[in-house]
Amino acid sequence: MIYWEDVPVGHSFTTAERTISKEEVIEFASEYDPQPFHLDEEAAKDSILGGLCASGWHSCAIAMRLVYDSFHVKAATQGSPGIKECRWRRPLYAGETVKVTVNCINARPSESRPTMGLTNWTWEMTNQAGETIMTTESWLMMGRRPANAATPEAN
Amino acid sequence: MAWFEDIEIGRVIELGSHTFTSDDIIRFAEKYDPQPFHTDPEAAKDSHFGGLVAAGWHIAAVWMKLMIGARETAPKDESKPAPDGRQAPQGGPSPGFFDLKWVKPVRAEDTISYRTTTIEKVDLKSRPYQGIIRSLNEGFNQDGELVFSFIGQGLIERCEPYAVPSEG
Repeated sequence: MIYWEDVPVGHSFTTAERTISKEEVIEFASEYDPQPFHLDEEAAKDSILGGLCASGWHSCAIAMRLVYDSFHVKAATQGSPGIKECRWRRPLYAGETVKVTVNCINARPSESRPTMGLTNWTWEMTNQAGETIMTTESWLMMGRRPANAATPEAN
Repeated sequence: MAWFEDIEIGRVIELGSHTFTSDDIIRFAEKYDPQPFHTDPEAAKDSHFGGLVAAGWHIAAVWMKLMIGARETAPKDESKPAPDGRQAPQGGPSPGFFDLKWVKPVRAEDTISYRTTTIEKVDLKSRPYQGIIRSLNEGFNQDGELVFSFIGQGLIERCEPYAVPSEG
């Protein structure tokens, strides 16, 4: 288990890659963001975005899952108080392959909860051409290492 | 929808509400954020949340769903075409958002009511036919407590191109 103490400022990792299918883009948009450029290939070609692309909120959710699979699944994560900023820099078109590069830029113990610490992260989602799709800056609450916990796994 | 020029700062739109059932919370989280406090009611009891809570991105996605729904049920659009013949805006993409806060957990069976308030209009020299509308978006639970907020942005078309004020 990775605790707050195990994530130094400067810690960085890149997630696995994932190819985003047309079906997935349409499925998310049908439920949460039914606008033509997220739903219909033909209508999307004529739109300002130029092709079928994922809802920005879908991009956020995809990034969350990629980061979960690389980090949260083995860390004492306790939720996030919020996102300072999120920029949708380019559309995420159906069929593109994305990954997320994550950097810890700051950390501090929680003032109100002695068993927790906070870590401050930037996320950058890039496509197969290395172009930036999305950037975020956020805080994450993490459990602190209990006195009797085993040593962290090397990573 | 209204043209950029016709949107008033201070405009408030009630977007409606959504009840986050356990099934709904788990279905979203299994796909996008399978931390135990979002997917497993028993494990969630032992977390600092003390029970199942909705994924933050789920709370945000439902805001978008209700925002689109509110556009579709709004009174029939009275906006006239632009002098150059362009039709009134259908709603544009967003460059991103700021200051998103998950203020309190959204628990299973909570009903969240969302609203949006226009707070700022930004002229763009680089895009004379569009402006950015900034809005404060908020979600309140059934007890009236603020649970979610963020400052959103949308690119909205202008009826007439922006003329940069001349200096002096």
